[in-house]
Amino acid sequence: MADVVVEQGRLARAARPRKRASLRNAMGRKSTVAFFLTLPLILLIALLVLYPAFYSVYLATLNKAMTKFVGLSNFTFLFKRETFWMVVRQSCIFAVTAVVFKALIGFIVAHFVHNIPGKKQRKWRGMLLVPWVIPPAMSTLAWLWLFDPSYSAFNYTLSFFGIGPIPWLGDTFWARFSVILVNVWYGAPFFLIMYLAALKSVPDQLYEAAAIDGANWWQKIWHITLPMMRNIIAITTLFSLIVTFANFDIVRILTSGGPLDRTHLFATWAFQVGIQSSDIPLGACVSLFMVPILAVAAVFILRDVNKRGNEA
Amino acid sequence: MSTLAIDKAGPTRKVKLRSMSRDRTWALRWSYFFLVLFAIFFLIPPIYMLITSLKSSAEISAATNPWWVFHPTLSNYVELLTSNQFLRFFWNSSMISIVVVIVTMLISIPAAFALARMKFWGSATLATGVFLTYLIPDSLLFIPLFKMLAVVQDVTGITLLNRWYVLVFIYPTLTVPFCTWIMIGYFASIPKELDEAALIDGASWLQTLTRIFIPVALPGLIAATIFAFTVSWAQFLYPLVFTTSIDQLVLPVGITTTLIKGDVFNWGQIMTGALLGAAPPLVIYAFLMDYYIAGLTAGATKG
Repeated sequence: MADVVVEQGRLARAARPRKRASLRNAMGRKSTVAFFLTLPLILLIALLVLYPAFYSVYLATLNKAMTKFVGLSNFTFLFKRETFWMVVRQSCIFAVTAVVFKALIGFIVAHFVHNIPGKKQRKWRGMLLVPWVIPPAMSTLAWLWLFDPSYSAFNYTLSFFGIGPIPWLGDTFWARFSVILVNVWYGAPFFLIMYLAALKSVPDQLYEAAAIDGANWWQKIWHITLPMMRNIIAITTLFSLIVTFANFDIVRILTSGGPLDRTHLFATWAFQVGIQSSDIPLGACVSLFMVPILAVAAVFILRDVNKRGNEA
Repeated sequence: MSTLAIDKAGPTRKVKLRSMSRDRTWALRWSYFFLVLFAIFFLIPPIYMLITSLKSSAEISAATNPWWVFHPTLSNYVELLTSNQFLRFFWNSSMISIVVVIVTMLISIPAAFALARMKFWGSATLATGVFLTYLIPDSLLFIPLFKMLAVVQDVTGITLLNRWYVLVFIYPTLTVPFCTWIMIGYFASIPKELDEAALIDGASWLQTLTRIFIPVALPGLIAATIFAFTVSWAQFLYPLVFTTSIDQLVLPVGITTTLIKGDVFNWGQIMTGALLGAAPPLVIYAFLMDYYIAGLTAGATKG
């Protein structure tokens, strides 16, 4: 941008009226201005998002020392490894379970908040959104401490109810449970806020009409709330699916993939293989397996967002 | 299930005589009851952070009631806030976040203006592209970016890896797409008459942007700024991969890597660090909650 302005000034000083006028025309022309306004954005996306994305495909076809082209042998190598299939399964279990519970808790709590008088809603909403505001790396540390094997605050509390010490992060089932629990804790407030905004946009007359027709609360939810919120539920769920599927922080800090790789997700395994064991091509290969599911979710989100745009 | 159905269909069905207002009072009471339960679930980790941060290591290892502080002390805070290492993390995080916010705004505001108001060749495609970029997660790009930085470093001789300032160039990939997207929404909601009037009065496109669009869309701008700041403050994966020396680390990575020494967890200090690291976003949130929430919901509702 600066270059263009300087150039314009220089030419203006050269005092050549005709040239100046044509330049001003060019400057004033919408497409030229628009091009310069969007140029930094285009450069950023092209250089630091699109280029790395394709570069990662190229990297995935190299050998470990990155000296020669090996085609798809990294992929076939992964297919033969049991850990890889475990990571695929775990990522899917993790993402689907976490998103379902986030959506459910968000939906339920949004109704409770919506029920209470308007003035107090602000206070409650403010309190319930706190998990989303704290950087996940920081709050996961707090969870790690709550799960601590020897001084676990949870086990201390549970011991009063006669429930034996639970190996929160040491046992396969409980480690997966804990990782999902932390993710649900972190993500549910996002759903809550989105659903609350959507609930407020449902006209009260619909519920009044339904009440007169003798509908019970379940019928009201099923026939009014859900259809009215359909679009926002779809967008929020798909968006959360992408973010959860690509999650890194929580598993990395809580279990680092353990015990015995039983909680690894694509992101954490790619980090371990690609950065910690410095096998960059294999790491790139692992992370590329996230693309198909991300692409499917992205296509559906885009469809819904565009639909919304057309309705408005 | 079946008995319930039979009951309902039975001839002696009881007619509910409770009044509407009593129904409402009960619904309200139940709502409060469950809200308190969920609030406890949502607030346990931050509260536990605070409790632990006030304990001495002796009290933590004594394994007394973890939910209560018997001898509150501020020693953890004093120790961290006087440690050069921790202040260095804080400084790195602050510098990166502030610069990233500025860079993000400089890139996304003009772009959003052009995409919202100037219909040019490919503008619709570009807007969709921006939204799609927002959906590309960091965990997909960290390996190629790491390799790219290594290659550029080898070719040009400029040290890029293990330098905190390189994150200033990488973070905008996370913040710019979303900020552009919500700013497009805010700009598009400004009535066309406003900028048409300005253009008729002889304002240039840039003047229209700075004199009309930015002031009118200020709430959106604040929401985008908050988003950019919190994202860069919380980012964990990129600094973990790109920086390793202790003086180059940002807060989240610094706390997780330096305060945990091998198997020794100094929990009092870790929780204090985590709480101090969570403080800036929490303070912003406390004061600008409405903007924060507006930014959160705008992503999916503006289109």
